[in-house]
Amino acid sequence: MDRLNFRACLPGSTAPSNVSEPKGPMHPAISIILFTTLSGAGLGLGFWLGAASFGANVAGTVTGAAAAILLAGVGLSCSVFHLRRPLRAWRAMSQWRSSWLSREGLLAPAALFVLFLQAGASWFDLPAAGWPGPAAAILCIAAVLATSMIYAQIKAVPAWSTPLTPLVFLAFAAAGGALLACALPGVPVFTTGEFVAAAIALNIAAWILHVLWWKRLDRVGTGPSTPETATGLGNPGKVRLLEPPHTGSNYLLDEMGYVVARRHAAKLRVIAMIIGCGIAILVLACGLALGHLPAFAIAAFLLHLAGTAVARWLFFAEARHVVTLYY
Amino acid sequence: MTSLPTNTERSLGLVIDLDICVGCHACVVNCKAWNTGGYGAPLADSDPWGPNPSGAWLNRVHAFEVGEGTDAAVVHFPKSCLHCEDAPCVTVCPTGASFKRSEDGIVLVDESKCMGCGLCAWACPYGAREMDPSAGVMKKCTLCVDRIYNENLPEEDREPACVRTCPANARHFGDFADPDSEVSRHSRERGGTDLMPEQGTRPTNKYLPPTERSGAAAIEADGKGGIADGPVELQGLLAWVDRTLERL
Repeated sequence: MDRLNFRACLPGSTAPSNVSEPKGPMHPAISIILFTTLSGAGLGLGFWLGAASFGANVAGTVTGAAAAILLAGVGLSCSVFHLRRPLRAWRAMSQWRSSWLSREGLLAPAALFVLFLQAGASWFDLPAAGWPGPAAAILCIAAVLATSMIYAQIKAVPAWSTPLTPLVFLAFAAAGGALLACALPGVPVFTTGEFVAAAIALNIAAWILHVLWWKRLDRVGTGPSTPETATGLGNPGKVRLLEPPHTGSNYLLDEMGYVVARRHAAKLRVIAMIIGCGIAILVLACGLALGHLPAFAIAAFLLHLAGTAVARWLFFAEARHVVTLYY
Repeated sequence: MTSLPTNTERSLGLVIDLDICVGCHACVVNCKAWNTGGYGAPLADSDPWGPNPSGAWLNRVHAFEVGEGTDAAVVHFPKSCLHCEDAPCVTVCPTGASFKRSEDGIVLVDESKCMGCGLCAWACPYGAREMDPSAGVMKKCTLCVDRIYNENLPEEDREPACVRTCPANARHFGDFADPDSEVSRHSRERGGTDLMPEQGTRPTNKYLPPTERSGAAAIEADGKGGIADGPVELQGLLAWVDRTLERL
């Protein structure tokens, strides 16, 4: 019996064509960085659009909802690309009672669906067309919260396991969404000087929160876990690895041990803040002063997005998993 | 459902005796052999004969050096799934593939539901889960669920492959819910410990710490620098040989 037939006989094994290839050395996976960055921004825009639903005209609502759905939709699709069995992704909606990833898988599409309803109601000029707005806003917040909890719940990564993680994710979504909202003249409130100032303030607040998160990361390391607690050998004395269990690499080290981002972490943090905070704010302020808000707001949003993507790379790469204590 | 059972009827697991393990890796190899032909998809390797061999293994033996100077000791440290009571890998699973059995506490993956997202491997502090490089589903120790209840096997083989094969008898399998079981007694008498108790996972498997070594430390303490050159009291034939050789 050849190897392929042998495998097909076993329970749980299916045709290899359903299986995506193992990922290369680019870890953390680019798909997960894009997922959290883009879906956060899209849901952030959705939040502002939902919150301002009663003061928006048709063009503003439909353009805004399309942008939010596109951004978050692309982000959510990216998350499917890191699955090894992507055709089974639908099952991820089943465990909402216990799993934050499952909750995220339900809340994000639900938020986008209600945004779609809001846009539809506005397009067809239905009575009470603003009413899906508040529901969309709440669902967008809930979806971003669920995304952040996927990471914040993991005690094995002490740097993630803090209420600061959901705060950072929520603040970045709100800031990114607000920057992009400034490019929507169809929603008059978004182009007022007050809202632009609020967007700038939110962006600064988001990055301050991220700096606090980084400071905590530098302090917390692997938390209370040490090679001594990991092996239970603290009583005889200090524990050092003498021989690893395997000569090559393995899934755990590929997935959880990073080199490049950690080596340049300090530089990358500064780069992220300069692009995502400093330059983005300057560009938006120039747009307000020069009276070309939409174009400048889009540029500011893209800069913020680029800075956020760098920060998210570090979010995954810098945080130490306690399994590294065994190596 | 990936919620954890509130209690399990039995609590099956392993006791691993760090005093006895010699680091031969027989348990690692027999685990791989059994699980590549047993429950679920075979345990695959990638690039096994190439320059960068890697692969999924459910049991690995690390070797640590513990202590300082002449008191330092080498401890061989086998590590596989601890079948935790509060298994964080189970509750994070979004698809319902991961579950803990209420009848015996074994943590398993239903490979027909796993979408290969890898979040459970991130949730496990111990590195007990590895993605299969070929099947794209998460693999983990099954406590040889396909051996321990298997009536087609002779009774002495109805224990996990790693326990069955250990030539030093460093691994024991049994029910921790039964206070009179062999594993419960071993753990009680030898001070069985949890790995990373601060993670709040309440592991079922227990590790018996190595007993205090006297060899190197004792030799150091007598100030004669080891047995090779020290005065040795010889008796009988050996003493005669020693004297005769001395005279030549």
